[in-house]
Amino acid sequence: MKNKGFAKHYYLMLLPGYVWLIMFSIVPMFGALIAFQDYQPVRGVFGSEWIGLENFEYMFSLNDSKIIFFNTIFIALMKMVAHLIVPVIFALMLNELRAAIFKRWVQTLVYLPHFLSWVILSGIIMDVFSFTGPVNNLLSIFHIDPILFMGKPELFPYLVVGSDVWKEFGFNTIIYLAALTGINPSLYEAAALDGANRWHRLRHITVPGIAPTALLLLILSLGNVLNAGFDQIFNLYNPLVYSTGDIIDTWVYREGLLKLQYGLATAVGLLKSVVGFILITLSYYLANRFTNYRIF
Amino acid sequence: MIRETSAASKIFDLVLIIVLVAISLLCILPIWYTLMVSFSQKSAAAAGIVSVWPVGFNLNSYVQIMKDAVFFNSFWVSIQRVALGASLSFVVTVFMAYPLSKSTKEFRLRNVLMWVLVFMMLFSGGLIPLYQTVKAYGLIDSVWVLVLSGGLPMFNVILVMNFFRNLPKELEESAFVDGAGPWYTLIKLIIPLSVPVLATVTLFSIVSHWNEFFSGLVFMTKPDNYPLQTYIQQMVVQMDLTTINNDPEALKRLNELSNQTLNAAKIFIAMIPILVIYPFLQRFFVHGITLGSVKE
Repeated sequence: MKNKGFAKHYYLMLLPGYVWLIMFSIVPMFGALIAFQDYQPVRGVFGSEWIGLENFEYMFSLNDSKIIFFNTIFIALMKMVAHLIVPVIFALMLNELRAAIFKRWVQTLVYLPHFLSWVILSGIIMDVFSFTGPVNNLLSIFHIDPILFMGKPELFPYLVVGSDVWKEFGFNTIIYLAALTGINPSLYEAAALDGANRWHRLRHITVPGIAPTALLLLILSLGNVLNAGFDQIFNLYNPLVYSTGDIIDTWVYREGLLKLQYGLATAVGLLKSVVGFILITLSYYLANRFTNYRIF
Repeated sequence: MIRETSAASKIFDLVLIIVLVAISLLCILPIWYTLMVSFSQKSAAAAGIVSVWPVGFNLNSYVQIMKDAVFFNSFWVSIQRVALGASLSFVVTVFMAYPLSKSTKEFRLRNVLMWVLVFMMLFSGGLIPLYQTVKAYGLIDSVWVLVLSGGLPMFNVILVMNFFRNLPKELEESAFVDGAGPWYTLIKLIIPLSVPVLATVTLFSIVSHWNEFFSGLVFMTKPDNYPLQTYIQQMVVQMDLTTINNDPEALKRLNELSNQTLNAAKIFIAMIPILVIYPFLQRFFVHGITLGSVKE
């Protein structure tokens, strides 16, 4: 190789990025050692007492931890299923549409919520679902008494899943639309010649055409089983719905940063990171195995 | 294109259009409603009689915001943060992606460095250690914490790296033969060839920096240093949790007491930058998703 001297330039190019990585990802990773300590901020990581797995034992003895793990997995699984089904159906509907201009308008409108933050959207959602808001006004037409949506623990998880689908389904459609353009048009023509009607073509050509994409996305979403969506829930919840809406991340924030139980909150966060890492690695392995997908 | 002329097919088309119009409206109406509330009279908003048009049109909320120094201050913090964050992540992304796009033959440690990067993308120490680290660096209340604490934009690095890898090798080799070094080749040849993917990741980082609220909340001790999303989260979205406790009535009262029209105006102003760049986003993001994919 005559480009041997290039390696030192490559290191130089990588330097800023790896400094950033070391300072803000790798150093904090070692900071997670306080999960095994009776951490006292005044004494620091080096001066605090090592207590082994005591924080983890304490965590499992807490009633809170059962609730937050259950809530996290429950909400995340519902989101996984909803994010699989709704975008597929919507992509198929768009695909059946003939008017190209109308299609572009629909896309413009449904992609928009994806780019707005949960802070903004929560403000909007809480207004829309408020006691005197439009949703309750609509219900009153059917003689249903106003419902305090944001204060009902039994409704909260569904509100979370529903609003997440509302925000993301349009954007999640893009990848299916890309898969649909990859289907060979001559398949449709051949099928039509053989007498297949619209429904037959949808059932036997379009659906099998996007099934591999759907499978890939489902496998990849396995890594999110412990991610119920911090930004969203943090902005939507309140103490009335903690019983069904409190998730690992929101709990870690409250117990750790607000109530200053550093060791305990770090232990919970670390457990989540480790399990999440295993799940994501597994999902990438499965994706590679079954669909030949590689990220790099 | 196959033409369907059967009556059933035409009815299906009509139903499809109606359903899609309804879905599009569902996506946009909550946002439209917020805008209308911001133009309405306070009393009308509180009574919940605003729907599709403003009731008692006025611009008082916007006039009031014009005089609100704190609001503009956070707006400015957000602008600074987006400018710094997007430029830094552009530079770092490009200079990391290029060496990492080399094969192990050209750059021996490439795979090792790549594995470190992917490991750090999937595993994090969690919130509390990050907070401790930032504190130790003395970055609390600095605008740089908003830029840096999110960590290296690894997803963008991988996207751009995959794009670089798919460029024809011959182009670069001929530049090397002509005596160009890696810096010159990257800046004069590779970057101009990669405008679409670079535009995409830059838009991604602009949007994510504009939308991010949590680092402002955690790392800023003074409201003067809040970026806009954090300001809105604190002033508009987050209800005073201490006053609610477990009393649904308190939640209801709080809704009635809040200044809905003013809040709606603030939410709408925070949305404007996203709405302004939305046409560009739409042009690029569709490609962005498929651009960086791995070719077999």
